[in-house]
Amino acid sequence: MTDATASQPPVRSLFAEDARTRRRNRAEARFRAYGFAAVVIGILALIMLLISILSNGLSSFRQTYVTFPVDLAEARLDPQGNRNPEEMAAVTTFGYLPVMAMAFIEHVEALGIEHDLSPQEMAAMISGEAPAQLRAMVLENPSLVGQTVTLEMLVNGRIDGYFKGRVTMASAERDNNVTPGQLVLAQALADAGAMETRFNWSFVTAPDASGQRPEAAGLGVAIIGSFYMMLVVLALALPIGVAASIYLEEFAPKNRLTDIIEVNISNLAAVPSIVFGILGLAIFINFAGLPQSAPIVGGLVLTLMTLPTIIIATRASLRAVPPSIREAALGVGASKMQSVFHHVLPLAAPGILTGTIIGLAQALGETAPLLLIGMVAFVREYPAAPLDGLFDPASALPVQVYNWTQRSDPAFVERASGAIIVLLVFLVFMNALAILLRRRFERRW
Amino acid sequence: MNDMRVTERTVTDKEIKMKARKVQVFYGDNHAIKDVDVDIEDKTVTAFIGPSGCGKSTFLRCLNRMNDTIDICRVEGDIQLDGEDIYDPKVDPVQLRAKVGMVFQKPNPFPKSIYDNVAYGPRIHGLARSKSELDEIVEKSLRRAAIWDEVKDRLDAPGTGLSGGQQQRLCIARAVATSPEVLLMDEPCSALDPIATAQVEELIDELRERFSVVIVTHSMQQAARVSQKTAFFHLGNLVEFGETSKIFTNPDDPRTESYITGRIG
Ligand SMILES: Nc1ncnc2c1ncn2[C@@H]1O[C@H](COP(=O)(O)OP(=O)(O)OP(=O)(O)O)[C@@H](O)[C@H]1O
Ligand SMILES: [Mg+2]
Repeated sequence: MTDATASQPPVRSLFAEDARTRRRNRAEARFRAYGFAAVVIGILALIMLLISILSNGLSSFRQTYVTFPVDLAEARLDPQGNRNPEEMAAVTTFGYLPVMAMAFIEHVEALGIEHDLSPQEMAAMISGEAPAQLRAMVLENPSLVGQTVTLEMLVNGRIDGYFKGRVTMASAERDNNVTPGQLVLAQALADAGAMETRFNWSFVTAPDASGQRPEAAGLGVAIIGSFYMMLVVLALALPIGVAASIYLEEFAPKNRLTDIIEVNISNLAAVPSIVFGILGLAIFINFAGLPQSAPIVGGLVLTLMTLPTIIIATRASLRAVPPSIREAALGVGASKMQSVFHHVLPLAAPGILTGTIIGLAQALGETAPLLLIGMVAFVREYPAAPLDGLFDPASALPVQVYNWTQRSDPAFVERASGAIIVLLVFLVFMNALAILLRRRFERRW
Repeated sequence: MNDMRVTERTVTDKEIKMKARKVQVFYGDNHAIKDVDVDIEDKTVTAFIGPSGCGKSTFLRCLNRMNDTIDICRVEGDIQLDGEDIYDPKVDPVQLRAKVGMVFQKPNPFPKSIYDNVAYGPRIHGLARSKSELDEIVEKSLRRAAIWDEVKDRLDAPGTGLSGGQQQRLCIARAVATSPEVLLMDEPCSALDPIATAQVEELIDELRERFSVVIVTHSMQQAARVSQKTAFFHLGNLVEFGETSKIFTNPDDPRTESYITGRIG
């Protein structure tokens, strides 16, 4: 036809790379390098985050305890002498404090450790929480009165800090709460085996403690509160979200009204979480009269927040099920509902699960709305078992982190990081659960 | 295209199973089916032929109201099954589809085991009273669809793991398992090799003894081999409808003749 087609293209060897191929290969290599770099940056950021949190927070799982015998004298602890816990309760922690302090001072003497501390200074080395713990122990088991028991008691946060490297002799000079002499004695006690830093379960089980007693502060109430809220969110958001999505995706007519609903759900997902807190305060507390600081209110607020996430994820995974599956089911005479529940929903389940767990994880880490509904309150009582417990005051993990970072004692820095570690462990656990459930569901097909 | 042998069959006057009058189908503004009148006789194979996009599938899907699932689709006119209007508001399309089964153009097995694929229909319609009865239905259906020998050892394997042709036969087995009165088949053999095709054609012939079959096909030979009645569609119109032997040997309409001799398509 024309010259162009008439002239034969030159024969090229397969082994020789032509210019186009070389350019293409270079572009591909570049792109791969970018991608690899992006992954490396992400991993580095993650590693740095983990290192900083772990290095700050791991020490909160260890706590220093001092061991010494205490003579639980009847004269002081049970003046009536009838071992009736109700009457013994008349003796307050102020009654237990001297018993304990004296026992400690005597034990130091018995060990033959030289020091020039005043009795007040020595008593201050033991945690302010210790007398209360001793009192609780005695009231629970009145037969202890009159005996000499060996006690393991928390030491003051500064002394604990000394063993963790947070407090040094130099910093103690400038610190009103601790003297170098106390540190010297603590070291001597540790050498004598009476003082020891060891793993501390009560960090995860104990309730919060006041700002002066960081050594006793724990996450127990916060973990229970968070757990209760997750229960509420799961019990409400999953069924409501999935039902709403199925209705919107499979049954609702496609008209302007459903369009508006769809847009609003997407918008809801973008509403700042603090707005949900204000809403919760207005509706659940002020209008419905639910108690403040209660996991039920937190759970309801977080449900509102999680619903759009679950709805969006569920609708996406419903939409990803090929229409031919629905047709196949309808074709053999299944009803719409049978086609959805027998075929579409099981296929969408892995996606729904993932969406739900991501929503839950988001809710677990949410702080702002909880501040507004009073979850930030200082709660020392464990909430009761569900369902009543849902209405008892409680804290929540992220709020506890926030709370602890607000306190002045540097020992709370360690504890806040420790709380973050606990929170992360829960999140990792939830994600692992999501993956596990997904695998199980997928293997069925 | 020389193999136009038309099986001579005595055509008796059979009862009319489905009757369509002045059927119009619109996809939004697209008028896909225009004024179609068709009678589908009982115990007969009716073939729909015509060029791609002429509306064969669309019309087929009207017969079991599968078009209801498409939002923009609107069906007008009158379609009756045993004298009852299937588009009557009182009719539950689910009941209709149990009577009028369907095999789709693209194989669409459920992502479940082969057994469950076939057993699903009988289960939801309560056709089997016991496990052994269900096993029997499954085996019979798979045998009819000419796939039993290939899958009998792996009934628990997922249906989606079969080859395209096997999947299509599985879908046929699934449709047969519910014992429909009318079976609609949309190009059931387009993914099958000649041997499987022959087996499916045999199945269609066998099914004809008990119910009516409507088959859409692009193969003239197939239409000639298996059907007694043929409808030729073109651009949404039903151009010609009649005895298969007549359509293939002596069509009335010049368009029909052009199509079956391969000039339009
Ligand atoms: N879901 C749909 N939405 C909109 N238009 C459609 C839809 N399905 C089919 N149509 C239109 O209807 C007309 C007929 O399509 P149909 O699928 O019935 O053709 P067909 O004869 O089955 O073709 P083929 O032989 O290729 O399968 C076509 O113009 C097509 O574009
Ligand atoms: Mg088609």
